[in-house]
Amino acid sequence: MPTSLRDSPGARVGLSIAIATGLYGISFGALAVASGLDIWQTSALSLLLFSGGSQFAFIGVIAGGGTPVAAASAAALLGIRNAVYGMQLNALLHPRGWRRFAAAHVTIDESLATSTGQSDPLEQRRGFWVAGVGIFVLWNLFTLVGAFAGDALGDPKRWGLDGAAVAAFLGLLWPRLRSREAAAIAVVCALATVVAVPFVPPGIPILVAAVAAAAIGWFGSARAPEGEGLEPDIDPYRGTDSPGHSTGTGTGTGSKP
Amino acid sequence: MSLWVWVIVACVVGFLTKLLGYLLPRKWLTNPRVARVAGILTIGLLASLTVANTVATGQQLALDARLGALVAAAIALWLRAPFLAVVIVGAAAAAGLRLLGWP
Repeated sequence: MPTSLRDSPGARVGLSIAIATGLYGISFGALAVASGLDIWQTSALSLLLFSGGSQFAFIGVIAGGGTPVAAASAAALLGIRNAVYGMQLNALLHPRGWRRFAAAHVTIDESLATSTGQSDPLEQRRGFWVAGVGIFVLWNLFTLVGAFAGDALGDPKRWGLDGAAVAAFLGLLWPRLRSREAAAIAVVCALATVVAVPFVPPGIPILVAAVAAAAIGWFGSARAPEGEGLEPDIDPYRGTDSPGHSTGTGTGTGSKP
Repeated sequence: MSLWVWVIVACVVGFLTKLLGYLLPRKWLTNPRVARVAGILTIGLLASLTVANTVATGQQLALDARLGALVAAAIALWLRAPFLAVVIVGAAAAAGLRLLGWP
């Protein structure tokens, strides 16, 4: 007998992760406006691109004076992991018809982690949809809040918004540095960026680092565990093991120490 | 106007990439090398974006209040602060250092 939606552990975790993640749409909205996008462009990214890392990459390149082409390239490259997530979720949930397109749109770090953390197929499905749709709604709402607030703030430097962007990127990177190899790759790509900055137009150093990373991944040793660094950058099951709702929690991806 | 075009291009490419995972034959993306490249690319790009936003001003390298934001954010992350708190700490550090006279 399946549990009702009210008692569903998947839906419960999905909802809490949706609230936590949706809230930081505020920072995206404020930073996007500070980087020079208007409120409509900012909203378009949250509605249609809907992938935190790619969205921050786009505005990060624009804020640094890069061309829109470089910004779109960085966003596209950072979205490649979503194809791998999509493959995993397709095998798990088998969406059909229009649901397949909806599922693809809400395929992000958080919905994958919420779903794969459950062991029961019904809960995997509930976790995915509650997290995915919940984040979509709240992320877009709070993007707008942040965009209007950012617009009202005026000079972004006075409020340290350029420092906020730095913190946001470090915050996205940090949870992925679980292994020594991951940290080494981060250092190599950081150095490649610094070396490239004086010689090429803004935005291009990020693509130089991407080429370096792809080369390390393609030609590097296969000794490293498969999919190293590909775990979603969140662990929705941290601190949610309340008694009676432990079905499947703490298993799957994203729960490495 | 050209910014709008590339916003839309990024959105379309982003959605098609996600959809690809649902449409492509499974064995293409279960190739360990493809998964490895996707994972390492994510780490490399985020590291590069972090550094570029910290020290690049156009084509020049500059050490300014953003470096303080980086250090403050790292401390916050090390103390397991949630994402939004980390972002606020970064902003506060940069704004605070500027009040103290850093560029």
